Amino acid sequence: MAYSDKVVDHYENPRNVGSFEADDDNVGTGMVGAPACGDVMRLQIRVNAQGVIEDAKFKTYGCGSAIASSSLVTEWVRGRTLDEALAIKNSDISEELALPPVKIHCSILAEDAIKAAVADFRSRHPAGADTLVSEQIACASSTR
Amino acid sequence: MSDTRQAQSTARPAQPVYLDYAATTPVDRRVAAKMVPYLTEIYGNPASRSHAYGWAADEAVELAREQVCALIHADPREIAWTSGATESNNLAIKGAAHFYKSKGKHLVTVATEHKAVLDSMRELEREGFEVTVLPVLPSGLLDHAVFEAALRPDTVLASVMYVNNETGVIQDVSALGAICRAKGVLFHVDAAQAAGKVPIDLAQLPIDLMSLSAHKIYGPKGIGALYVRRKPRVRLEAQMHGGGHERGMRSGTLPAHQIVGMGEAFWLARDTMDADNARIQSLRDRLWAGFQKLDAVVLNGDETQRAVQYLNVSFNYVEGESLLMGIKGVAVSSGSACTSASLEPSYVLRAMGRSDELAHSSVRFSIGRFTTEQDIDYAIEQVTQVVTRLRAMSPLWDMVQAGVDLSTIQWSEH
Repeated sequence: MAYSDKVVDHYENPRNVGSFEADDDNVGTGMVGAPACGDVMRLQIRVNAQGVIEDAKFKTYGCGSAIASSSLVTEWVRGRTLDEALAIKNSDISEELALPPVKIHCSILAEDAIKAAVADFRSRHPAGADTLVSEQIACASSTR
Repeated sequence: MSDTRQAQSTARPAQPVYLDYAATTPVDRRVAAKMVPYLTEIYGNPASRSHAYGWAADEAVELAREQVCALIHADPREIAWTSGATESNNLAIKGAAHFYKSKGKHLVTVATEHKAVLDSMRELEREGFEVTVLPVLPSGLLDHAVFEAALRPDTVLASVMYVNNETGVIQDVSALGAICRAKGVLFHVDAAQAAGKVPIDLAQLPIDLMSLSAHKIYGPKGIGALYVRRKPRVRLEAQMHGGGHERGMRSGTLPAHQIVGMGEAFWLARDTMDADNARIQSLRDRLWAGFQKLDAVVLNGDETQRAVQYLNVSFNYVEGESLLMGIKGVAVSSGSACTSASLEPSYVLRAMGRSDELAHSSVRFSIGRFTTEQDIDYAIEQVTQVVTRLRAMSPLWDMVQAGVDLSTIQWSEH
């Protein structure tokens, strides 16, 4: 199995491996996958008061492509708002890492990990700093 | 031995250390040397009865046949050359099933057999035969009572491999063969991984058909043989039709150079088997001792009923492909889904009752004639380093260290 240089790089030098303090309230944790499938990713995001992800950490049980996908994601979500993080698509990940077709599912799992981490954060900070643009009341002109 | 912190304490070899002898073996130089003249000088077709070129090639083929027989105690008339153990398995199973179908259409085999056996059986099912695939015990061994109970009056053939290619587990083919004899069922044994590793005496063993391979014991790839018992006579329907070679059992011009290679490899094995095994056993023990220094390491396969060449280990909480990627300097195989074309974890380990995660975390190390102590020490070092690093990155290891029982977790199935 030939790995792309980027996958090898992330495997040899994974970014942001680890976990945040368990009692840190500003952290959202997403755990996706299952040991039975050979892929488990745990992604953690620490969100500041402005709703921006200022730090991220991961731990992954899985193949080189899975490790690379989750490592890459911790790089990409930094500096993004929660909505911007949700906009990351698995196709972006797999393109960046040049994943072969048989490994695309690793990038899908990484995308799911982001969603899970964001959902976890939002479940504990419902009307928090991350004000959604869509919550703004639509222009009332049509209700005339 | 103190635990040195020198990361490069064992110099990295130029080529990866080869510990995948179960996958294939290098051709022994003595074997290769014997083969070469049959490519360029003694190149006649062994079936050419009318000239010296053919006679010379035929002589070499018959000598090789005797050499193979010497290792397994068979009669030369009981050997049919094939392209390898896969073809031998096909010929034995399909050949016997078709020939004896008026007697019955039931076949018996085991869940841990090689795909060449299982897939041949599946093909016969499509043709209307009935196949029983028996489970194994967690050790990988067959329960003899279960085996016996599966044999019916309409059972024509049972197939059980001698040495398992993933775990090295040795089935008691002598006892199983006796059970078959008593019930009038033909007994086929896939001995691809067994020849040259465990003694085979077909004058004593109640085996009717046996598949043999050259490239598992330092012979060339692409050549094998099928042993077909004469007393009592076993008949087969040929699968390769043509000029009627090999007593009509397998048509096709005999590749003299390949056959010479197989003969020489088997002949050498006869001499070296005991010494090879003793040396390999101590290397294997050394390797296992090295791994046992790590936590959560599980041996796959019976402790004692196992050929000395094999060490199939699961390193829990670390996925197999990522482990293999890290031990670049060591060539081995994994039972992980990611390393198989089908994305399924090892069916052999699953049949032994191993959980998916243990199957995903499994690595097969197989030792051979040319393995050195240095190779073993390097492998231990590499594996230890990588397992430790990957566990530090594993959320499963984290949870286990924190005392979490993973079986209680609700995983999000993807």
